[in-house]
Amino acid sequence: MPAAYGSAEGVTLDQIPLGVPARISAVDWSALVPEEAQRLRALGLDEGARVKLAYRGVFMGRDPLAVEIGRMTVALRRVHARAMTVALEEVAA
Amino acid sequence: MSRGPCVAALVGNPNAGKSALFNALTGARQKIANYPGVTVERKAGRMLLPNGEPVELVDLPGSYGLDATSPDEEVTRKVIMGEQHGQAQPDVLVIVLDSSNLEQHLVFAQEVLELGRPTVVALNMVDLAERDGLVIDARALQNALGVPVIPTVAVRRRGLDELAQAVAEARDRVSETAPVHRPHVTLPERRLLAHEMAHGAILSETARHRIHARMDKVLLHPWAGPPILFALLFVVFQAVFSWAAPFQDALDGLAGSLGDLVKTEMAPSLLRDLLTDGVIAGVGAVVVFLPQILILFFFILTMEATGYMARAAFLMDRLMAGVGLSGRSFIPLLSSFACAVPGIMSTRSITDPKDRLTTILIAPLMTCSARLPVYAVIIAAFIPNRQVGLVGLQGLVLFALYVVGIVGAMAVALVLRRSVTRGAASGFIMELPKYQLPTVKDLALGLFQRAWVFLRRAGTMIFTVTVALWILLNFPRAEAGQDQVNASIAGHIANGLAVVVEPIGFNRDIALALIPAMAAREVAVSSLATTYAVGAGDDATQAKGLADQLKSQWSLATALAFLAWFVFAPQCMSTIAVTRRETNGWKWPGFMLGYLFALAYLFAGATYWTAVALGLG
Repeated sequence: MPAAYGSAEGVTLDQIPLGVPARISAVDWSALVPEEAQRLRALGLDEGARVKLAYRGVFMGRDPLAVEIGRMTVALRRVHARAMTVALEEVAA
Repeated sequence: MSRGPCVAALVGNPNAGKSALFNALTGARQKIANYPGVTVERKAGRMLLPNGEPVELVDLPGSYGLDATSPDEEVTRKVIMGEQHGQAQPDVLVIVLDSSNLEQHLVFAQEVLELGRPTVVALNMVDLAERDGLVIDARALQNALGVPVIPTVAVRRRGLDELAQAVAEARDRVSETAPVHRPHVTLPERRLLAHEMAHGAILSETARHRIHARMDKVLLHPWAGPPILFALLFVVFQAVFSWAAPFQDALDGLAGSLGDLVKTEMAPSLLRDLLTDGVIAGVGAVVVFLPQILILFFFILTMEATGYMARAAFLMDRLMAGVGLSGRSFIPLLSSFACAVPGIMSTRSITDPKDRLTTILIAPLMTCSARLPVYAVIIAAFIPNRQVGLVGLQGLVLFALYVVGIVGAMAVALVLRRSVTRGAASGFIMELPKYQLPTVKDLALGLFQRAWVFLRRAGTMIFTVTVALWILLNFPRAEAGQDQVNASIAGHIANGLAVVVEPIGFNRDIALALIPAMAAREVAVSSLATTYAVGAGDDATQAKGLADQLKSQWSLATALAFLAWFVFAPQCMSTIAVTRRETNGWKWPGFMLGYLFALAYLFAGATYWTAVALGLG
């Protein structure tokens, strides 16, 4: 399953469409509170992780977000997702 | 190493099914307490090894790693390392893994294995993994990890004997072999290894569409999700207030007949009065709320066990974020509608300390069930029973009182997060667990534990306070022909208090009722009833009689002010006591008392003055 990088450089996790697989290419840890950074990392949300945006919140701001990582779904806020740069992966046909 | 009683501990990620496994291994033989100095629950029970030897099994809080980010995780780390005060270092660690989430759970497992402690792995919930089309090779995993791996299904008691056997063997190996030291690897390396191990252990993986993804499609749907949540909450409230009623009446009747029995069997004496008016009436007044609390917790435990609670937190997060809280505060606040005491206790799941403190401080503003009797009496007496459009005016006023409480709580949270509990904006990071069917046994055990905790804590507190109040009301003894209440210490306090509460429209009788109502709000009703010397009967006639009395004694403005007072006033010793315990000191319960009384005074005053200005005085 080769991944296609580069096509969507600079896109952050909160901006990608729902259900499209992506890989976290960079995380701006300095933008996050240390404990939250640690928590996100413990949940596997780190550079190299393959994720999918599953749900967006309902009310104004479309916050929080639910991210699928492996067989797990993790809820997080948009501020967290904004610190994560992702590259969209080509969906295998 | 001495052969004291063997201690084993369950370690694992949150949602690994640790609690269900713990329940299956220990049955009802559990002890729940706090670790000394912290408000983290310590769950321990007795499990039997195959040779019949008992082992103390400790269920450690779920953790994502040994670098603690919450008090819970800190306790887990300390216990594993043998640094936790009041807890012997476990002889054997049992790592619990969710079979369908190996890649994630093996990360923490490796970190624990690196410590070289005697360890056994429970490959839990293999049935759910199979439901998702995932078959795991336990032997391959065992080879990769180098420790025994036992497949288990806690709910169906599968693999429990094998697990006990493995624990026994691991324990016996302790004294013989030196701890195995494994090389320390970094988190990314660990994650890579976890990925390899998980994939190496998967025998077959069919791309079956997972049930929970389909359920989330509906339950987290932007438009369908919130209405479903609110409909569910409506059912919960309906159940709490209507299903509980017959049981409450029965308990109330029981307390009443017990009091009557004591009255007829014992000779009139101070001791008899203490028993009937103090102990039975006071403790009975709290026990009456047990059915409501059980029903509420039935729903809360079911929502938690099925995995829906995390979705509710997800749906509510944005609204809570508006006042500086997060979706995690939703569960404690929901509980507080039955009673703030279990609500405040359940704030432990909130990781951020400032968030948690704010939630504790606003929990008493949720309209708890103890306010209902007070509201019911006043509304019945003063609000005319007529229709306003489609709804009754009385119901509308009751609803408004709930809304004022919620809006007040949100406003207070907003102010607190910008002043007293100021800090970085609290985040919301939470795993949404898989959906599961709850098991009757785990639910029953959970309900029993909540009931016991409630009865013990509230019971002892209420018992002490009612006895103290009874003494205040009965001493010094009045001389013949003199009114006992007037002569008592409480009477003198009420006279002093009356001066303070007169500006907000309260009379001396109300002041007098407010004192015993400190123990529990609903006591205000019976105190007023006693003060107005209404013949005591069953509750309904008492309320009716009292309503007529009130109408002749109070103005509408006073009644409205009284309602406003009860929306905010911290009239509950149990809440103060539990806040002291959960915040480890008197500072925050003191603050809570102060701000709530100030708000109650202001709002009751504002209500009274407005009503008088409108000519309702």
